Amino acid sequence: MKKKMFFAGSGGQGALAIGQMIAKAGMEEGNEVTWLPSYGPEMRGGTANCTVIVSDKPISCPLINDADVLVAMNLPSLRKFESMVNPGGCIFINSSMVPETSSRTDVKVIEIPANEKAQELGNDRAANIVMLGAILVETNCCRKDTIMHQMEKMFSGRKAKFLPANIAALEVYCK
Amino acid sequence: MSKVLMKGNEAFAEAAIRGGCNCYFGYPITPQNEVPEYMSHELPKAGGKFVQAESELAAVNMAYGAAASGGRVFISTSSPGLALMQEGLGFICSCEVPLVAMNVSRGGPGVGGIQPGQADYFQVTRGGYNGDAKIPVFAPSTIQESVDMIYECFDIADKYRNPVIIFADGMLGQMMEPVELPPHKGLATPEEIREKKPWAITGKNNHEGRNVVKSLRLQPDVLEKHVEMLFEKYAEAEKELVRYKTMNLDEAEIVFVAFGTMSRICAEAIELLEEKGVKAGMIRPISLWPFPKKAFDEIGSKAKIVISTELSMGQMIEDVKMAVAGRWPVGLINRTGGIVPSSIEVAERALKALEEVK
Repeated sequence: MKKKMFFAGSGGQGALAIGQMIAKAGMEEGNEVTWLPSYGPEMRGGTANCTVIVSDKPISCPLINDADVLVAMNLPSLRKFESMVNPGGCIFINSSMVPETSSRTDVKVIEIPANEKAQELGNDRAANIVMLGAILVETNCCRKDTIMHQMEKMFSGRKAKFLPANIAALEVYCK
Repeated sequence: MSKVLMKGNEAFAEAAIRGGCNCYFGYPITPQNEVPEYMSHELPKAGGKFVQAESELAAVNMAYGAAASGGRVFISTSSPGLALMQEGLGFICSCEVPLVAMNVSRGGPGVGGIQPGQADYFQVTRGGYNGDAKIPVFAPSTIQESVDMIYECFDIADKYRNPVIIFADGMLGQMMEPVELPPHKGLATPEEIREKKPWAITGKNNHEGRNVVKSLRLQPDVLEKHVEMLFEKYAEAEKELVRYKTMNLDEAEIVFVAFGTMSRICAEAIELLEEKGVKAGMIRPISLWPFPKKAFDEIGSKAKIVISTELSMGQMIEDVKMAVAGRWPVGLINRTGGIVPSSIEVAERALKALEEVK
């Protein structure tokens, strides 16, 4: 098993954060993982992306030539990266922010209104967690219980009050 | 022990803390900013001192002072910052003061860019300081290897009373991988420092007279003897510190030589070439100085070409040519300026290079 995933969005949308949560959950499940972000003079509103590899064998190269899964949180990310997805792979589109669909017909395109669903829960910032729930259901990249464990660690101490809202966001798609 | 997922830069800093570092001096520069950031809040908790210097020049000289007084000192920077530190490193070699310096390198020359690069190969292996001196340089390729190396290098620096450089790049600094962290070695007490470093300027020696740490030696015969003594140490280091890994050398027609990030891309390129029926292998130098010349004696009879694969215009290739010593043609696959080639590009260029020599 080797899953090559690519997460892209604008800075602040939490694309890097959900990539990191999948990497941590994958590690907890005993897999090899790498998380590689784009880096540069970036800021909130700029572009941000990361590559995550989850594998049951040692990972030599953290860079990828193609992806099994693309998560596009905004339109520029979809346009720029949709060509890198393997035929038969998966493209997740945040349809709240992306008015178009993918031009690819040889991949599974899954449109998730992540911001709308998050707003319905009263927490627009949890859009990435809504998306994460959808990714878990569709790709089996890691288990829900290990993601829940990561969320408990992430939202602990002073941040513990955010945990219930994030669990609710995860469970929009991942019951 | 359980694994944690850590960003390279934070893991480097934690490894230094656990290696017993009690002084860190830094100045922010991308892509190593998380090192001073992490040190600023974690080193004081471990009983160490963190100082943000006003420049790299100040940082290296603060490090020089702290190490001369017996501290276990760690500094980190990125390429143009290391250029600024070169003067200090030369003084530190001459004064026989141990410390560990980390270079999370980026594109150059000058301020250059902030994406990964390896064009500091000459800067770290040849140095930019004046005079006759050498600095052992280790280039890890994973975060785990970096952690283990930093942890160990304090002891290597102490043994040789010389700086040691860890040469990573922006990709290793920024990415995350699972790591197993070693236990904290503990901080040396003042008594232990005086015992283990009797040369250090602690203000309380166990002997008559003063300890002096200096690089000025005006009499040529005295200076010559001093430099010869340094080179006796370096000769010892050349025997003891050679480290490398090899892959498929027996079968390989194409032999890549690559370190750090590039070696990980080459490992995948080797798999791609295998799919096309071409056997390729790799020498991965871990110690860049001393360069692992003897690894090249392990190259098998099927080899047609040795290819130095670098994120520079070709710097390591000089050492590769010396190690090859005319036995095989030497090629170069490279990108620079912060561009990291894909494994597909490396495999395609390697195939072309092989065809040209066949």
